[in-house]
Amino acid sequence: MNSWLRFSVVTLMLVACSAANAAINVFACVPEWAALASELGGDKVSVYQASNALQDPHRIEARPSLVARMRSADLAICTGADLEIGWLPVLLQTAGNGRVQPGKAGFIAAAELVDRLEIPTRLDRADGDIHPAGNPHIHLDPHNIAKVALAVTQRLEQLDAGNAAYYQARGKDFQSRWQLAMARWEKEAAGLRGARVVCHHKSATYLLHWLGMTEVMNVEPKPGLPPTAGHLAELVGRLKADPADLIARSMYNDPKATEWLAERTGIPLVALPYTVGGTPGAKDLFSLFDDSIARLRKARN
Amino acid sequence: MFRTNIVVTALAVAFAMPVAANAADDAEIGKIRDEIMNMKDGYEVRIRALEDRLRKAEADQKAAPPESNAAPTPAYAPKAVSNRSAFNPAISLILDGKYQNLQRDPGTYQIGGFIPGGDEIGPGGRSFNLGESELTISANIDPYFSGVFIAAVTPENEVEIEEGYFQNSGFIPGITIKAGRFLSGFGYLNEIHAHAWDFVDAPLVHQAFFGGQLKDDGVQVRWVAPTPVFLELGVEAGRGANFPGSERNKNGSNSGQVFFHVGDDVGASNSYRFGASYRKTTAAGRQYEDINALDEDVINAFDGDSKVWGVDIVWKWAPNGDATSRNFKFQAEYLHREEDGSLTYDVDGTSTPGSRSDTYNSRQSGWYVQGAYQFIPRWRVGLRYEELDRGTVDIGLLTASDLPLLAENDPKRTTAMVDFSPSEFSRLRLQYARDEARFGETDDQIFLQYIMSLGAHGAHKF
Repeated sequence: MNSWLRFSVVTLMLVACSAANAAINVFACVPEWAALASELGGDKVSVYQASNALQDPHRIEARPSLVARMRSADLAICTGADLEIGWLPVLLQTAGNGRVQPGKAGFIAAAELVDRLEIPTRLDRADGDIHPAGNPHIHLDPHNIAKVALAVTQRLEQLDAGNAAYYQARGKDFQSRWQLAMARWEKEAAGLRGARVVCHHKSATYLLHWLGMTEVMNVEPKPGLPPTAGHLAELVGRLKADPADLIARSMYNDPKATEWLAERTGIPLVALPYTVGGTPGAKDLFSLFDDSIARLRKARN
Repeated sequence: MFRTNIVVTALAVAFAMPVAANAADDAEIGKIRDEIMNMKDGYEVRIRALEDRLRKAEADQKAAPPESNAAPTPAYAPKAVSNRSAFNPAISLILDGKYQNLQRDPGTYQIGGFIPGGDEIGPGGRSFNLGESELTISANIDPYFSGVFIAAVTPENEVEIEEGYFQNSGFIPGITIKAGRFLSGFGYLNEIHAHAWDFVDAPLVHQAFFGGQLKDDGVQVRWVAPTPVFLELGVEAGRGANFPGSERNKNGSNSGQVFFHVGDDVGASNSYRFGASYRKTTAAGRQYEDINALDEDVINAFDGDSKVWGVDIVWKWAPNGDATSRNFKFQAEYLHREEDGSLTYDVDGTSTPGSRSDTYNSRQSGWYVQGAYQFIPRWRVGLRYEELDRGTVDIGLLTASDLPLLAENDPKRTTAMVDFSPSEFSRLRLQYARDEARFGETDDQIFLQYIMSLGAHGAHKF
């Protein structure tokens, strides 16, 4: 009887502790920041991932469920640079959560922390759905992940000062593992250097840039516009004259256009996970890059 | 007993530790060695890359004339320190136009059985029509408020303020406060701007009960509950000068409204929002035109309370939640209105029978149900069906034949549309409607519409 009582008390304390442990509610707009928050926050954070890897991050609906989660968030980690412009503003305006507004400690726009590529010199919608702040798909350069990780650790320390030492230790551990992993990836991908790639959307630009590959053309006629028959025919002509080494798409892109193009030109096709959860292999940030590089190498050979 | 257990366990752990540590040592050392090797390899790669860059830079320097060694252009050119236009608000403009082919004279349009709600009901004019051009200006005002101003320039060259409000979100947890002129949060469709609708025009029930889109000058407070399921409660108080209310020249609030929303996801592919709303307004001398039994034009007026309640649902489907290539949206609303007060026939007393007044009580309802399906990128088809129930209209001792607009009728309408959106910023639509709102007459209506949005990228409500 006595031991039962003790057991109950211990169980209750454990339950209370675990509830108290998940002190910080993180709202991650896209899977890569959800994965990063889990890496850095461990069991002290409870992470809600607002979209998955098979959804176009430009085109998420401002669903009621997302408003409800944004309402209780202590920290919102989004990409910014207008990636989520079609839906994030609605969430921020309707959730009534003053902690996660831009400029507050509870809001991180990852793209603001890194050097962005392809900042347009000409802002004109005739060029498609371009982003004035540059290409927003920044997470596929692991150097950017390291920079964003520093900011996330710092914010977690600020928002949950009681666990600051925990976040600091976890952050340090992540950074050292990440540096090692980056060195390994760069070694593994050395053979990819100089490869010329046709991409569906400009979503792999940072990955290619990091690995010294060149994005020669896109299947989308203009950013954000679906591929047309005329544009695809033009690409076939250009690729016949000046072949590329690879055709790449992200898992969330409709496969039809790239498959058609690969069939016509005989250029190897690779489907990249794009983010965590995009392929069965891309389980976390580390395996996202493992899998991406493995797929690129396999297609290249 | 308990204490003994602890001691035994502690001893066991203490003795086991060094053994485990010894066993671990070899593995550990191996691991560390591997990591160091990895690190070494990694640094070698980097050093090689740096050496390459250095060699290249040196070569470039030799090759290039010295004056080209200027600092590279930074990603952001430094801006002038003082820039008065840097804080300009976001501006967007919607161009909306139609070509309309209407079987019956739109001048005679009426929703039979219902007191008409202003001039904006009906399909509009024939032939080419410039719709309302909508200019939106919005910005954060300071750390506490944001502001939105939407002006509609009508084809008659008049400017109407559609919306003009400031709001605060989150100063009080979960609370969003809005004040000014805004689209009422009644139901689902009313709060959505016309350019984002799935059909050219508002449902009949909105035209009959609200005169199109319900907007008011007033205050709105919304509260989102801190729950994983979306729960929202809202209240509004306002001037109530627009139909079904009227200008009353009175202090205090003349319209009151409550609404409730609940929403969530069902798996990755489905999401929904369900809502219920109630609004009460008072009208004083709310006039409308009719033609009496002797074919004379008369103006009648209603005085009293107008109470509307409604339920709405919107359900969206997209394969795995990605609406890019295919998606489906289902939407339905049911509204019920009760008006209690008095009706004055011929307020000006110009007709042969002269002005008379008696009680007026009506119980009327209406609903619509619609679906829009995007079957390939850019292309959508939609279908809408709607009915109004004229219900009971008690006009006391007034003569029914002098109030022909209030006669028995069952308005209904079936609408089909197909639209094509070359990009997120442009849309072209073809719509056909078989409109049976008039007394015993059907009207075939064909619309060709364009909706073009210029400027800032708007975010879309669910």
